[in-house]
Amino acid sequence: MTPAAKGRLKIYLGYAAGVGKTFRMLEEAQEIKQKGVDLVIGYFEPHGRKETIAKTEGFEIIPRRILSYAGSDFEEMDTDAILKRKPAIALVDEFAHTNVPGSERVKRWQDVHVLQEAGIDVVTTMNVQHLESLNDQVFHATGIRVRETVPDWVVDEADELVFVDLTPRALRNRLDRGVVYGPEKARHAMENFFTETNLTALREMALRHTAHEVEEKLGTTGDDAASPSAGAQTVPPPTGRSDRILICLTGRPSSAILIRRGKRVADYLHADCLAIHVGENTFDREAVERHMSFARNLRIETHVIEGRDVARLLTDFARTQRITQIFMGRSLPRPWWKRFRESIPQQVVRQARDMQITIVAERRR
Amino acid sequence: MPSPVDRRPNPEELLRRVQDTERRERRGRLKVFLGYAPRVGKSFRMFDEGRRRKERGQDVVVGALQSEVTPDIAEILARLDVVPSIRTNHAGRTFEVIDLAALFRRHPQVCLIDGLAYDNPPGSRNPQRWQDVSELLDRGMAVITAVNLQHIREQQDEVERITSRRAANSIPQEFLNDADEIEVVDAPPDALLDRTGHKSMPDPRQLAELRELALLLAADVVDRQLQEYLDSHGVAARWGAQERILVCLTPRSNAEAMLQSGRRNKLRFHGALLAAYVEQPDLRPKDREKLDAHLALARELGAEVHQLQGADFVQAILDFAQEQRITQLFLGHTGRPRRLWFGRNPIDRLIDGAEGFDVRLFPHERLQ
Repeated sequence: MTPAAKGRLKIYLGYAAGVGKTFRMLEEAQEIKQKGVDLVIGYFEPHGRKETIAKTEGFEIIPRRILSYAGSDFEEMDTDAILKRKPAIALVDEFAHTNVPGSERVKRWQDVHVLQEAGIDVVTTMNVQHLESLNDQVFHATGIRVRETVPDWVVDEADELVFVDLTPRALRNRLDRGVVYGPEKARHAMENFFTETNLTALREMALRHTAHEVEEKLGTTGDDAASPSAGAQTVPPPTGRSDRILICLTGRPSSAILIRRGKRVADYLHADCLAIHVGENTFDREAVERHMSFARNLRIETHVIEGRDVARLLTDFARTQRITQIFMGRSLPRPWWKRFRESIPQQVVRQARDMQITIVAERRR
Repeated sequence: MPSPVDRRPNPEELLRRVQDTERRERRGRLKVFLGYAPRVGKSFRMFDEGRRRKERGQDVVVGALQSEVTPDIAEILARLDVVPSIRTNHAGRTFEVIDLAALFRRHPQVCLIDGLAYDNPPGSRNPQRWQDVSELLDRGMAVITAVNLQHIREQQDEVERITSRRAANSIPQEFLNDADEIEVVDAPPDALLDRTGHKSMPDPRQLAELRELALLLAADVVDRQLQEYLDSHGVAARWGAQERILVCLTPRSNAEAMLQSGRRNKLRFHGALLAAYVEQPDLRPKDREKLDAHLALARELGAEVHQLQGADFVQAILDFAQEQRITQLFLGHTGRPRRLWFGRNPIDRLIDGAEGFDVRLFPHERLQ
């Protein structure tokens, strides 16, 4: 027997709860089911929304499994049961969900991968703010630090991404009418996360991200002229060697911002992306290792170099790796007697004259 | 959370805002469904919204249909009031014209108008349907309407580049920018092809390009509206979802490399490219010449060029970057030690002051 071909993945992308992702998913699933395709609901999050719940009528629903954690029961998707049932298509709500501790896998998207590996097509839903690379931007625009994130490559690998739109005004009306949450929660939501400006900013991110994914699927790698809004260009697109980006990590918390920013720029420029930590301090080794593993999760190649002369080692490494752009954080404020010596970014800027150095600012509110 | 920066608008700006607000208060609300190709389902979504509004008790009337009505739309229409359009013949062509007089008399809360980009026959009250819609809005009726990308005038060159075809009738993008709400109707291209099997449909690649264009157009409209909203509420512009790149030019900077990189980033991120220089008195003729050449190149590469004033170079750049919601700032440096790095040099001050944007440093070309 030959192994089944990997299942396809389709994501309905929204910008907030209540825009109608699940509704739209179920609506299209009905059409597919009517054609005689074997389709089941692998996981469905009703949120008490009547119209959406009504849409599940007629579908086979795989019961959830119950896990106990810290004295409470939690319901999770029963991946094994879906594998056993082996439908052609499984609908799985809330792609960005984090499973309760004690589950086989940490994230639901990992469960989805298991289903795909078994040859099951998966249709799922998520909101744009769960994309790892947008985490800082979302924080800056809304003041909310989203904790449940999905690495961008996971979304990039989806076969199809569909943007589910609803205007912020319509969404706020929905909240007002109690369609999305109960009255108490709705009022709280409208005063905090669901403000017109927050929703508008998130919506713009979702629009731009979907456009980006559509363009990536067009396969215009390194071919700027083919990008739709390039317009009538009289100037040929820049040619020359492709970019290689190096991110310099430390144990400082801002390194997470540096990683996301560097990777995002690398992805858009179709550049290679590496990360490095240079140093000999051991006191923050744990933090450095955490950042390294975060970088690897985003599919960034990581390196560590031990030594004292950080700028020199960094520049040498960058040169042997043919790096074109180095991403660094701002140096910490220094006492006045040290200001006569160069900071590490200053040294790198002076030494690596054959490269460009990008100093990433922290995105604050 | 720090409090938003207070910006005091000048009197003319205030007057314009007041007039704008007054006009908007009298006017009905306009909502536009935007599709990237025929048959993405924008008409259905529009009528479906009409149906839901009617169920919630609003007075909804259909003012215009497209010539073809699909079965799912027909089902909704059965539940809505329709003010039939007037059919006329002109020079052998059939036109459907909105019955404005009837709609004025009926004066519903909400009008559903399909086929926004239709032309009216010569001799009509307005040459085009979108102008009829403007009149409905002016009389306080809300309008929900639908339009496809290929009918937006400012997008037609691009659509023609993709599909080698150009629609004869169009609406100005200004009309879309002015809408209170625009909603994108998105669907993957293969679903479209499945649904229709139409011979005249663009191929999947073209559809994908149109889809991207429509999404980016919507993002731009949304961005503009967000900034207007922030502006009108006295909140300083803030870092948005769009990448905005500012190249700082000086006579010595390696302008070619900076501008080419800037342009590349602009294209890849679908962002905006700006170039700025701070006006300096007593510039030597040779430097003036170099700077002018850089500025010419910036314009040629499609950058929006700004001249900044200010005794303090760094502060001028920082203020401008803030105001323009810059996310990436490109700057040249000589990289020479001592002279530059002694104490707080301009580049350090700029990096320290960079709130919400990255600073990318480009070495000057070595002096021969």
